[in-house]
This record gives sequence, structure tokens and C-alpha cells, in this order.
Amino acid sequence: MASSKNITVEVDGANYNDDVEPRLLLVQYLRERLGKTGTLIGCDTTNCGACTVHLDGVSVKSCTMLAVQADGHKVTTIEGMAQDGKLHPLQEAFHQCHALQCGFCTPGMIMASASLLTENQHPTEKEIREGLEGNLCRCTGYQNIVAAVKSVADGVEYDDSGVQSGADKTAGVS
Amino acid sequence: MIPSAFDYAAPSTVEEVLAMLAAAESAGDEVKLLAGGQSLLPVMKLRMADPALVIDLGKISELVGVSEQEDTLLIGAMTPHHEIATNALLAKHLPLLHKAAATVADPQVRHRGTFGGALVHADPAGDMPAPVLATGATFILAGPRGERRVEASDFFQGYFTTAVADDEILTHIQVPKFTGWGAHYEKFTRVAQQWSIVAVAAMVKIEDGTFTRARLGLTNMASTPLRATAVEQALVGSNATLESITAACSLAAEGTEPASDLNGDSTYRKHLSTVLAKRAVLAAAGL
Repeated sequence: MASSKNITVEVDGANYNDDVEPRLLLVQYLRERLGKTGTLIGCDTTNCGACTVHLDGVSVKSCTMLAVQADGHKVTTIEGMAQDGKLHPLQEAFHQCHALQCGFCTPGMIMASASLLTENQHPTEKEIREGLEGNLCRCTGYQNIVAAVKSVADGVEYDDSGVQSGADKTAGVS
Repeated sequence: MIPSAFDYAAPSTVEEVLAMLAAAESAGDEVKLLAGGQSLLPVMKLRMADPALVIDLGKISELVGVSEQEDTLLIGAMTPHHEIATNALLAKHLPLLHKAAATVADPQVRHRGTFGGALVHADPAGDMPAPVLATGATFILAGPRGERRVEASDFFQGYFTTAVADDEILTHIQVPKFTGWGAHYEKFTRVAQQWSIVAVAAMVKIEDGTFTRARLGLTNMASTPLRATAVEQALVGSNATLESITAACSLAAEGTEPASDLNGDSTYRKHLSTVLAKRAVLAAAGL
């Protein structure tokens, strides 16, 4: 019978040490062992991207990775994006640009977008669309998702009332 | 979906892997080598594979990276697609692999999925085998009897089947440089995220307006990647013009018998290969 393995993994800034069954998927570990249900399981077949998290800073699909493969690595989920009670700029932009309808794809979209902006700080609209091709929005709200990512790339900042500053008012519902 | 239970090992050297493979073989246990896992884990979740032991290659650092040799680049089997698609050495010397890797699946899969893993998986619709075949690369395998080198033309043997034996692993792929060649990978899918229905990999060299060299690979036109040798022969010596490229690429399906499936029947795939070959050669030629 398969024996469990001990893993040490940093998730959203906290260190965890756990015994896990080798077949435990990373997304199950995050949701069921650590209670981080902000990361969602959508298709469970590597298509939809709802389960996207960062492994050492780059986007991966946590339904297509074993928890044991994260041993010794750093994982960031949507729950680790806000800092000191302040939303991550992408979270704020998704909120202000109405870049979500049902919201199911949103955590994965934001994690994929953050990884995209790390690799390409000034993507074109086409590059944003291609960069998010691993994430499906079944509400088909892509237009505002792309606008939200573009607004962050363009340096748009929002205050609590949703007023834009810091760049041209290019973001939002068009 | 959850895989069947399995034992898991994550050794840090190739020698340890070979010892584990030998032990499992004598015990009669089924083993799977886990590279990036972007094909293996879905198959295990569907219970189409239920190995007794999974050996994770993710801790073997010597299998990751691209290094330059005199006339070749040496690519570690565990180098992720993302690295192939962004590496400066590949951009300069192997633009075909560089461009083809950028079309594999999506960014998340490219971050995890590996060059060697995709080649050993040998999916007929996978995007790396045909470009690698077109380069005439050499596959370097480690096994109980030492190193074994296999030419690309002998590596792919059938559906999901390669020359790698049960007691061997692919460690590196040695690829000749094609510095200064034009290259393009033209892939046809119906939606953003799909396996290639057909794709064509093309590399050409043009001197004084004439094709002096041409190498083409076909994806998903057979159970293995194929060279489009008729197109290569027709291109060499001809002018780099739309007319001559169209004529040469009309031969892309010559000698092929592609399968029929829900995405297209055999006749459709044959036609598609001629269209995509033309687009690929035009783009590679900068026309």
C-alpha cells in the first residue's frame, strides 16, 4: 500500500509540514487540509484554470500537480494576494472594472494575470488574451477581464470610491 | 478525480532513477516517470494509468537547462516548455523550437510541462515532436548499460511509443544549430485550447532569393511525426516566391495516411497539411 510522504511547503507566507498521501492533488491539499477554499476546482481536467495558483511565483494549475511535488516550494493562492488588508492591484481592478459576473473563474484569472504581468509588464490586449488562454470564463466576461488587466499594466490606480488616477482613464466597461 | 494509490519517490540523481527502474522491473511493478505531469496526471486521474510506483524527476537539477556546444545546443529533458519558448540561445540558434514551444497548451501548462516529457509521451498531436524531428536532433538516453544515443528519425515508433526502453530514461536532447534560418510553426485548431488537428513545422534557408535548404515536420498526420520530404526537395533550388512555395507545399501530404476522427477525416487532414505547409513556409521565408 502506498505510504504517505512528509512535505514542507510555504503557502501564502506560512510554513506547513504535513504527511500526505502521494496521490493527493495540490488543490485538494490547499482546500481540504489548509482550508484555503479561495482556490476553486472547476473542470478538474487542466482546461479551465479555476485552480490556478503560483508555484515559486509562476502560474500553475493545482489540479494537475501533486501536493508532494510542492515539497520544498513556495505556493501563493488568491488568499495570499491582499497585503495588510489592502487588495492586490489586480483584485481592485477586477472589482472596479466589473471583471466578474458569477466569480467562479476570478481567483484563477487573477493568479494567471499576476503571473502574466510578472513576465510581461506591458502586454498588448492580444498578449493579455493569449496569456489568459488557460482560463475559461463561462459567463464569457472576457472583455472586462482584459480591461482590468490592461488597467493594471497601464498603472491605473483606484481609490475606495472607484475613481481612477495615475494614468489615462482607459480601463473599465466599454 | 483522484488517481489510484501509488508509491512515490523523488530521487535527486539519474543513477538512483535507474536503480529504481531496475528494482521495479524485477519485482514486476508498473512504473511511471513523472516529468512535468501535464499529460501523466490527467491520465492517472482518469484511471487510464494506475502505476504502482511514480518516480518524480523534478528534483534532478542536472536535467534542467540549455547549454551551448560548438555546433549544437544541449537541452535537458526536464527543461520546461516556458524556458524553451523564452530562452535566448534557442531564439538565436533554434527559432523553430522556440516558436513551437510557445504554442504548447497554455501558460500554466508551459510552466510545468517539460520538453523531454512531451517528447517521450509522443502524442501524435503534441507540438514538440515534429519540430524536433525536423531538426534531426539526437536523443541521449541513460540506461543500465550506460549512455545510448538515438537519432530523431528512429526515436518515434508509434502512438505514444518511443525508442526509450522500460529501464532507460531520456536525459538530454542534442539539437544542431540552425542559426540564420527562417522558421515557423503553423498550428490549426478550432478553439484557443486544443490539440493540433494538423500542424506544420518549417525551417528554410534562403540565399539570393533561392531556397538552399528546407526542413519540414508534420504534426498529427500519422501515429508519429513525419518529415515532408517531397516539399523539402521541391523547395530547394526554387525561388522564394508565392508561386513556387504554393507548388512545393501542394506535396505536403504525399505518402501520408492520416487518421480520421471527430476533428477531421483523413482527406481533410491531407488538404489541411498543404494549406498549413504553405503558411508555414511563407512565414519562415518572411514573405
